[in-house]
Amino acid sequence: MIDLFFNTLVSKALLAGFGLALTTGPLGCFLVWRRMAFFGDALAHSSLLGIALGILLHIDMNIGIVAVCLLCATILAKTHSRQHLTADAWLGIISYSALALGFLALSKSGSNADLESYLFGDILTLRLRDIYWIYGCAVLVGLFFIWKWRELLLLTLDEELAQTAGVSVGFVRATFMIILAFTVAIALKAVGALLMPALLIMPAATAGRFARSPEKMALIAMGSAFLGISIGLLAAISFNTPSGATIVVSCLILFLGSIAWRGN
Amino acid sequence: MNTPLIIADHIWVQVPTPGGVKVILEDVSLSLMPGKIMTLIGPNGAGKTTLLKVMLNLIPVSRGKLTRKSGLKIGYMPQKLDINPTLPMTVERLLSLGTPERTSKIQSQIDNCLKEVGAFALKHSRLTVLSGGEMQRVMLARALLISPDLLVLDEPMQGVDVLGQEELYQLIAKIRDNRGCSVLLVSHDLHLVMAASDEVVCLNTHVCCSGHPSKVSVDPSYQKLFVAPYKHDHDHLHAGGCVHD
Repeated sequence: MIDLFFNTLVSKALLAGFGLALTTGPLGCFLVWRRMAFFGDALAHSSLLGIALGILLHIDMNIGIVAVCLLCATILAKTHSRQHLTADAWLGIISYSALALGFLALSKSGSNADLESYLFGDILTLRLRDIYWIYGCAVLVGLFFIWKWRELLLLTLDEELAQTAGVSVGFVRATFMIILAFTVAIALKAVGALLMPALLIMPAATAGRFARSPEKMALIAMGSAFLGISIGLLAAISFNTPSGATIVVSCLILFLGSIAWRGN
Repeated sequence: MNTPLIIADHIWVQVPTPGGVKVILEDVSLSLMPGKIMTLIGPNGAGKTTLLKVMLNLIPVSRGKLTRKSGLKIGYMPQKLDINPTLPMTVERLLSLGTPERTSKIQSQIDNCLKEVGAFALKHSRLTVLSGGEMQRVMLARALLISPDLLVLDEPMQGVDVLGQEELYQLIAKIRDNRGCSVLLVSHDLHLVMAASDEVVCLNTHVCCSGHPSKVSVDPSYQKLFVAPYKHDHDHLHAGGCVHD
């Protein structure tokens, strides 16, 4: 009986992890290629405010997260052209303001929200509904990449070059932000607002050492993310450690392994 | 045949600044004729790149009118491609990304363009290992891939050594002769430009002087900008063909 329970729990978490890896792998590659690692960080932190918004307004938490992420992305896009403060400073301001505001709102929301699971995640507590969200998002991201892959790569190389080649830069960039916001929402419960950027960046960084083409890098990043999640998950159960942190450490070990294998 | 590819008619570009408005381009007019090589020269901050981007429709004009011949195909080579070393991409892949459709013809077109610029040996190289001069050739091949009516090259000589610069200019002139396309390029080195260009436009926010290189090089305003130490506060004389208001 316990075995059966255990098996469903683990297989559900693995199923979720696979769906997450499908999404975070390629998306993480674009964050790395476009030097947007800290942008992902800021959006992930802002998701805490989204959760609070969801609770306070009695709307779905994922919708709240997507809304706040898009709001932050818009603010960052607007502040990008301001010259008196550089982009990284703006990222820091948005990132920690959203985190602090979210924390405040959550503490006043009256709900007995489990703050630790929002900050650090727990993939073992995912319910079936969360898995539907994860796979819904994976399909969305997959379709977007199939549809706009070439445009995205051109944009990544050089925005003006892409524009002269007929890419509608504004549209592709905005759509990218939307799918990033959805990814942040689905990954939140698994690895939490503070650790989620690691799940985007680390598998992509690991994949970068093996790939000869952007497509291969995205595929290897998917595999690396799934491997990291699976190993972390099983290790968390075996050693009774927090699953979010264990997953990130297992992604780190894969990354360090890639350095050791391929050299610096 | 002799209709201009692009006409800039009294265009202005202004950007808002905390202290008011900064004028980047002031009342610039020029016509780009087919089959000609036009070079924009001017000091840093003269608005050369801005003018180029206006002509590429990347930046809107604040005043004035820009007319492009309908169906104009432009091959653009940016000043510097800031390629992230984590993006694994070969020369061949970069070139195939530049074309809208994936056809069987594209492979031979890529080969031809790479051969034309003398970079065929680099076809399978990763972008991150290319030198400055090699990268410029690859980007030139990429710009040629769409069989452009106009090649727009923003400081093509950046990161290229002196010997390579002369070769690159000869290559650009050869491409123009073979293909009959126009070339618009930005440069701030002068002597090499002079020989290859049909028309030089000396820009310092406004057009100081323009015309055939031999004419521009003796123009007082050109002399003032490039021969004497740079000082420019509308105290210069303008030679014939240059109108101020």
